Amino acid sequence: MRRYLARRLLLLVPVLVGVSIVIFGVLHLSPGDPAEIMLGSQATKEDLVRLRESLGLNEPLPIQYVHWMGHVVRGDLGRSIWMKRPVLPEVLGRLGATLLLTGTALLLSTAGGLALGVASAAWPRSLLDRLSAVASLFGASMPSFWLGIVLMVIFALWLGWLPASGMYASYGGGGVGDLLSHLILPAVTLAAASITIIARLTRSTMLETLGQDFVRTARAKGVAESGVLLRHGLKNALIPIVTVVGVQAGYLLGGAVLTETVFAWPGVGTLMVQGILARDFPLVQGCVLVVALAFAVINLAVDLLYAWLDPRIRYE
Amino acid sequence: MSERSVWRQGLAVVAGLALVAAVLAAVLAPVLPLVDPDTVDTPNRLRPPGSPGHALGTDEFGRDLLARLVWGARVSLLAGVATAAASMLVGVVLGVLGGFYTGWVETVVMRLTDVLMAFPYILLAIAIVGGLGPGLRNAMLAIAIVGFPIYTRLVRSLVLSLREREFVEAARALGATDPIILGRHILPHLLSPVIVAFSLDVGFKILATAGLSFLGLGTQPPTADWGSMLATGRQFVILSPHVALLPGLAIFVVVLALNLVGDALRDVLDPRAAVR
Repeated sequence: MRRYLARRLLLLVPVLVGVSIVIFGVLHLSPGDPAEIMLGSQATKEDLVRLRESLGLNEPLPIQYVHWMGHVVRGDLGRSIWMKRPVLPEVLGRLGATLLLTGTALLLSTAGGLALGVASAAWPRSLLDRLSAVASLFGASMPSFWLGIVLMVIFALWLGWLPASGMYASYGGGGVGDLLSHLILPAVTLAAASITIIARLTRSTMLETLGQDFVRTARAKGVAESGVLLRHGLKNALIPIVTVVGVQAGYLLGGAVLTETVFAWPGVGTLMVQGILARDFPLVQGCVLVVALAFAVINLAVDLLYAWLDPRIRYE
Repeated sequence: MSERSVWRQGLAVVAGLALVAAVLAAVLAPVLPLVDPDTVDTPNRLRPPGSPGHALGTDEFGRDLLARLVWGARVSLLAGVATAAASMLVGVVLGVLGGFYTGWVETVVMRLTDVLMAFPYILLAIAIVGGLGPGLRNAMLAIAIVGFPIYTRLVRSLVLSLREREFVEAARALGATDPIILGRHILPHLLSPVIVAFSLDVGFKILATAGLSFLGLGTQPPTADWGSMLATGRQFVILSPHVALLPGLAIFVVVLALNLVGDALRDVLDPRAAVR
């Protein structure tokens, strides 16, 4: 396992270098002078010269990249032009909120998807199974940001059960209960599509597993149905489910950007969108880099989880 | 034919009709008896659906929502089809090259797709728009770039197995050149899976473009497009929920119809995948 871990960590390096080149390239190959774009049309010549100097924009691109990477590996993501503060603390300050939202949504979609999938496999063609099939079709077709608004209208405006936006109440808030009540709507919105995907996959792999000989043997020797479903069925169906949960984790991290905007959730996503609208390249670069790194770490964790669940993978 | 597949085909026909209606409305928008979608009428702002002269009500500037939805369909549908087509073209070409030629071509193509897929797709699209600047054209470009690796992976895996088949070997033995083998013996086999992937991708691309517009990174005012209509409607959701709910409903219905039609197409064109 240790050798596998080392190999996987080494493989992460070229991917991260590629990711950094893409991020750097994307923000520097755009038409026009970045300094002019960032400062707007009213900037004086002196301002432009100063910004170009401070960002090193006069150097050739490869040199600029090496400089930038040199700073990045030392934890310096530059200064935000719009907020006039270093980028890294700003992004890290928001990362917690994004990870809390993504993590909660992942937990919801995994637990909900597994429960729904196992139930659908236990009673195929039942009403529950059919409803879950319809829900998965809806989940794939519904814009998450629209679902967020619908939930907000119903639960915050009409019923008044939950707060509509933000992370804490403006007055008298701040406790865990307050945080949780603010978390429910965005987390459910973000998790909705993933729940149905995980449920359908769990159902199909479970049905496949339940048709195998060892399950028949387990039934024949008198194992209780719940034991057949969970210990024999679910356990052996887990590998493809872990794959899709891993894919969903990345998807949720990306989707959080939209959900954060709907609910004014103070995460990296809202920060990034504000950065783009303010044409603040260092801030956008920092946000994308940190989220891409988190994404890479999640993918690595999923791969390690496989190797732990199915030792054959380690020796390939 | 089982009861289930009859039911599914019926559903797909209904979905297909809904799609045709949406496309017709979008194409015929200039000749339909609609109010101008950009005419501001502030005294009549935020009217509810069913108001006289405004079947679906008005938005925050008193603009007719029905007209804006129909004109918005032009932008949203076109964006979905165009970005999916662009992704498909680039993805298929790279996938064929990466699958057919081993060596550096394959390495470059696969490393490129690996790196692009190392991002959550919407994040990369946002970053690209960040570089190019907000606007519909740039948002579409970003989504097309982010979307091609899916086709590349699909096509490459197909070409890898086709390349080893006997008919390709036979063609080569008869002296066929690479372009002939690719064009006459490999491309026809890619048609069905790529059409199925494309039909399911258009809906996904509509959602993605609407998402960028919703963030303010796509269509810019006053142009109507479903994503941006939803974004502005969100600010008035307390008093007039319909302004935000209607464009979202339009996106939902069209994407749902596309998915149903795509599933049916897969059943017809690629029966083995449907069983799986």
